[in-house]
Amino acid sequence: MTDCKPEELLAATLAAQIPSVRHIAVGAASPIPAAAALLHQMRTTERVHVTILHSRRYNSFTDGGRELFDAAAQGRIDVFFLGGVQIDGEANINLVGLGTYPDLTQRFPGSFGAPYMTFVVPNVILFREEHSPRTLVTKVDFVTAPGWSPDGVWRRGGPKALVTGRAVMAFDATRRRFRLASVHPGETADGVQDATGFAFDMPDAVPTTPVPDKATLGLLRGPIAAKLREFYPDFADRVFPVPA
Amino acid sequence: MSTAFSPISVDDLVAQIADGALLAVPADYSGAPMAATRALIRRGARNLRLVTVPQSTLQVDLLIGAGCVAEIETAAVTLGEFGVAPCFTRAVLAKTIKVIDATCPAIHAGLQASEKDVPFLPLRGILGSDLVKHRPDWKTIDNPMAAGGDPILLIPAIRPDVALFHAPMADREGNVWIGRRRELATIAHASKTTLVTVERLYDGSFFDEERLAAGALPAFYIQAVAVAERGATPVGLFGEYEPDLAHLRAYAKEARTEAGFAAYLAREVGTVKAAA
Repeated sequence: MTDCKPEELLAATLAAQIPSVRHIAVGAASPIPAAAALLHQMRTTERVHVTILHSRRYNSFTDGGRELFDAAAQGRIDVFFLGGVQIDGEANINLVGLGTYPDLTQRFPGSFGAPYMTFVVPNVILFREEHSPRTLVTKVDFVTAPGWSPDGVWRRGGPKALVTGRAVMAFDATRRRFRLASVHPGETADGVQDATGFAFDMPDAVPTTPVPDKATLGLLRGPIAAKLREFYPDFADRVFPVPA
Repeated sequence: MSTAFSPISVDDLVAQIADGALLAVPADYSGAPMAATRALIRRGARNLRLVTVPQSTLQVDLLIGAGCVAEIETAAVTLGEFGVAPCFTRAVLAKTIKVIDATCPAIHAGLQASEKDVPFLPLRGILGSDLVKHRPDWKTIDNPMAAGGDPILLIPAIRPDVALFHAPMADREGNVWIGRRRELATIAHASKTTLVTVERLYDGSFFDEERLAAGALPAFYIQAVAVAERGATPVGLFGEYEPDLAHLRAYAKEARTEAGFAAYLAREVGTVKAAA
């Protein structure tokens, strides 16, 4: 097996979830999704626009903070990544806190744009490195962004997949249920089931998530690491240290 | 008639922010007014009601930690790559501040409603989020332009008493250059009073230079300007300087305890005026 860091596997795995699109956007505090978006852009022969909000170079908005949301509302953004401190089996995510709101026992930063983006962006990819019963729960304590909507509520998109430190799952909004798509090298389907707090569909045979090849790792460690250093310096230094 | 204006001191600028004011502040990428925030803390401001546009980092954490804040409407408060905002987190859990949880596009829409002076703007999405349950001021209606059966959320206008931000420069007429950070224009348009600190003064008028005019905020929106060189430090300023990452990293660690935060405040902000 190629010697590859967990962050590199996750970036390549997220990139593999990105369909053929025109515009991929990456929100706050998302270094691995940013790496995935740049990887997709470098490998495709199509013209694809990448927006990384915390970058100057990869942020071409000129009409203020609302422009991302207005562009997304119009369907001009095809892919967006959302994290969740908790994610449940119906693809609801919680970015607010633990406990019974507003009587929280733990407080997280807040909802950001998630309750909006999950409706207007066709392909939302959920991402959470920690895959445990603590993070992947039966029911989130607070629904920041619903994973599905009842009939009659306008909705263009929503979660399509969940990528974690252990596995990839696909989400079916009509059935409101995840299905295990692959387990990362070193993981087993049973192990993933034990580490997941919600029920999901298990295929008969579960493939292993492909490890990034040498060319992919070369892109991540070379040009992509250099780009990430502009807007995620701590992440770049930790995962892609500059040789002394 | 004169178009000339005179900048005032940072202390005089923040003296115009009354205790209890609804104060709009920008995100860290958009001219965080850190020098003015330190002055506001030193002046002993109390019971501020903050609106972050749409989120905040160190600026709001300092104001909360220093006891200046009663409530905050926000889409998120965090130190980003450096972790949770320690004072915000402590205050929310201890319920010493009230949090009005929002989402980024709702804050932008509320300000845009005030720009037009209409009572609300509708937004798609958000329905089914628990935010809606806890925001009685957000109303869901049936789209009156459709045949029926199309629920849509209305966001009420946000009308801050004061907008406070830092920008690269002001010209001799008191126009402020904000470049492409147009949310600063939105905040100013929506607020009753706009107070700005700038890195420097520009000798001339932005409106004599078409390339500068495109990024200018006209003086008629702005009540006062103060010069504060490196006034966004340790948060960066667009096009001017980068954040002081070592400072932010150290803050995230030091402010984890109340004693640590008090030490930071005494060292970096200075003596806080006793409450009258």
